[in-house]
Amino acid sequence: MKIKSFKELKSLREKISNSRDPEKNCITICAGTGCLAYGAQSLVNKFKAEIEKDNLEEEIDIRSTGCHGFCEQGPVVVIYPEKVFYRRVGLDDAAEVIHKTVLNGEILDRLLYTDPSSGEKIIHEDDVPFYKKQMRLVFGMNGQIDPKSLEDYLAIGGYSALAKVLNGMEPGAVIEEVKKANLRGRGGGGFSAGWKWESTRKAKGDPKYVICNADEGDPGAYMDRSLLEGNPHSILEGMMIGAYAIGSNEGYIYVRNEYPLAVKNVTIAIEKGRELGVLGEDILDSGFSFDIKVNRGGGAFVCGESSALFASLEGRTGEPRAKYIHATDRGLNNKPTNLNNVETWANVPLIINKGAEWYQSIGTENSKGTKIFSLVGKINNTGLVEIPMGMTLREIIEDIGGGTPKGGKFKAVQTGGPSGGCIPEQFLDMPIDFDALTKVGSMMGSGGMIVMDDRTCMVDVARYFLKFLEGESCGKCVPCREGVRRMREILDDICEGRGREGDVEILESISHALIDGSLCALGATAPNPVLSTIKYFREEYSAHIQEKKCPAGVCKELIRYKIDEENCNGCGVCARLCPAECISGEKKQPHVIDQEKCIKCGSCRESCKFDAVIVE
Amino acid sequence: MVNLTIDKKKVQAEEGSTILKAAQSNGIEIPTLCYHDELTTSGACRLCSVEIKKGERTRIVTSCIYQVEKGLIVNTQSERVMNVRRLVLQLLMARCPESEIIRELAEKVGVKPQPRFKPDEDKGECILCRQCVEVCEEVVEVSAIGFSYRGADKAVGTPFVEPSRACIGCGACAYVCPTGHIKMEESDSGKERVIWDKTFKMVACKVCGRYFAPQEQLEYIGKKTGVPLSKLYTCVNCR
Ligand SMILES: Cc1cc2nc3c(=O)[nH]c(=O)nc-3n(C[C@H](O)[C@H](O)[C@H](O)COP(=O)(O)O)c2cc1C
Ligand code: SF4
Repeated sequence: MKIKSFKELKSLREKISNSRDPEKNCITICAGTGCLAYGAQSLVNKFKAEIEKDNLEEEIDIRSTGCHGFCEQGPVVVIYPEKVFYRRVGLDDAAEVIHKTVLNGEILDRLLYTDPSSGEKIIHEDDVPFYKKQMRLVFGMNGQIDPKSLEDYLAIGGYSALAKVLNGMEPGAVIEEVKKANLRGRGGGGFSAGWKWESTRKAKGDPKYVICNADEGDPGAYMDRSLLEGNPHSILEGMMIGAYAIGSNEGYIYVRNEYPLAVKNVTIAIEKGRELGVLGEDILDSGFSFDIKVNRGGGAFVCGESSALFASLEGRTGEPRAKYIHATDRGLNNKPTNLNNVETWANVPLIINKGAEWYQSIGTENSKGTKIFSLVGKINNTGLVEIPMGMTLREIIEDIGGGTPKGGKFKAVQTGGPSGGCIPEQFLDMPIDFDALTKVGSMMGSGGMIVMDDRTCMVDVARYFLKFLEGESCGKCVPCREGVRRMREILDDICEGRGREGDVEILESISHALIDGSLCALGATAPNPVLSTIKYFREEYSAHIQEKKCPAGVCKELIRYKIDEENCNGCGVCARLCPAECISGEKKQPHVIDQEKCIKCGSCRESCKFDAVIVE
Repeated sequence: MVNLTIDKKKVQAEEGSTILKAAQSNGIEIPTLCYHDELTTSGACRLCSVEIKKGERTRIVTSCIYQVEKGLIVNTQSERVMNVRRLVLQLLMARCPESEIIRELAEKVGVKPQPRFKPDEDKGECILCRQCVEVCEEVVEVSAIGFSYRGADKAVGTPFVEPSRACIGCGACAYVCPTGHIKMEESDSGKERVIWDKTFKMVACKVCGRYFAPQEQLEYIGKKTGVPLSKLYTCVNCR
């Protein structure tokens, strides 16, 4: 059915809302990429079959939703209206969940989540510590809608922001609202979205393009994927509002090739949007026309960089272009182009619906709203977390993330993706926003957050990220193509015991030349991991170079595993696990490691329950 | 005309002109490697980086691309500039230890090799300046060569490293190559030319008998210009 006016949209929304009973039982099953990997699709089918078998369609709804963020606990099932939270739900659990929990209110203890820090079992989703401190404005809807259903989106107020804008807001007023909200780009740079829109609007040229950057190449980051998969219409709505404000009729979503589900869901959303008439010619009889095409990415990290992205969209090699003219003047096909990140677009309907003033009330002075982080590493709860700007790192890591797992002590947190920086403990109480992270030598980037404990070697970390960037350098300009690998070679030397006096200074000097001399931001930010670890963990570099020691016990060439006679009770577990078969000893007697044969894999240390294996 | 300052010297330049051109026409030398007047400026080598000051803000830009602006203050020798220039040359010396051109340029600018960089053995003398690929695409218009891979593995060549059907053997790439990495060889008799692993039959001038151009190049010129082949078989000297 095609709707042709604001009135029709409104009555359709009312009709959908009226037909839905908020008190009705609904089993929502997360079917984001993470949970799908744990078998969520068969679980959905199983629940459906069980409901059909017992003719329970009238009593129970079932909905497969987008990602909830707590992926490591998948498949995640939430039962409405109580919001009972079950994790790691298997096919064998389905019948019991329906008959005991949904129909009888009985809680299945084995499916509950246990808070690792308190040992307490938790029943309701809102009480799970991982969610409790989050502010899930952008991401929260994922759990409530089926991404393939436009009706679901309308039911939660979808496309009301678009209607509001088209029905009486001048383009200039829309831009003013976004400027007033101080929405900053979530894709890395934190540039003001309102200013960018305004520049594109003012730029001369026709057509003008609006693009959504969903290339998301940071390893470990998947918030853009989850948004696009889980709530595609919110991105479309954001883009439509932007296009209206800018004066554009053509949009593109440039999505990473490795995201088939995101491509599928957003493509369905576009088709449904066209069918309904919120996308296409003369939208809702407003005179405004806009359509969106989905383009699959070129498969390289650098394709997320704006000029490389345009080149790739134009069908050329995804290499950045050196230019001092903004994309807002000359971007795709040399026409005025406004590029924003997925999460940036997703914020737009919120701002329009709730107003800039409301939006301004969240966050810090210069960073408003929320940010989604991908919290991983040495931390109890990993997953996607959305927090208001200004929350401290400690709150994120300890309260939401549940702290570092037993046996490790927090050492640093790396933010901003591969070219971000490492932040040491002393800054844990710093409220984080765009500027605060930059100030301490890291960055917001796209929102990667990797927690590291005292078993992490910071030189090795720097080397790891440089290796990634070396492989992703497009190779166009000399400083990045040649410089990053030379830095990595020096880091290899340091980690492998060949570090020389003066290496740290050489690394610093190359870094500064790379920052100044690289053609694009990949090369210009590549030194961050090195500079930030030198800044905060210089003594670790010195230990490697001067004493040929790795204090964290990571760099193989610089360490020795030894069995502490006092603590070893001769259980023999390590000897059985050692792949080099170099541990020997009598039963119940302290064992020894043959240093000649040891390959330093560390399996003895990991397997020893008595902490008898030490690293020197 | 636009007024600006380069290395404390007040200069004038045409609107739309680049810092590099403005400097050159005022006798201020900025080293370049990948820049070619007739080709796309890729800004790839970064050697021509300069420091600009606008108001209180200073930053490093590539002079071959950045256009002159009124009141711009340009420093072609600042410490930051020299740091970039030094690194670029040290990196290229390590990549192409055999290249005399790079060594001479480094000497001229006063840059010594960085002993911490282990010289490469597999890159030949290619500095990836892109001029060969650009000339083939933009001037010859056959796009017989291009890039493969990325990062340090990036290389120039024909697709799949096989003799290219598009290549007409004109040798334009070899002529523009600043380091002499691209090899074009002619047989002693002059009857054959080899470039990019493809062997071309040379045409002997109808008048003087000198082998002067590959058959495929003449056919290409004929097709492009409409000049009959019979005419093209006479070399330029004898026409
Ligand atoms: C190497 C590199 C990779 C990038 N990758 C992405 C990406 O995957 N997604 C993204 O939104 N922005 C990425 N960016 C940033 C974009 O260039 C651009 O700034 C951003 O998409 C603008 O949107 P925003 O203002 O909404 O953040 C990347 C930048 C660089 C230098
Ligand atoms: S900085 Fe790196 S990624 Fe960017 S253009 Fe240069 S080589 Fe390519």
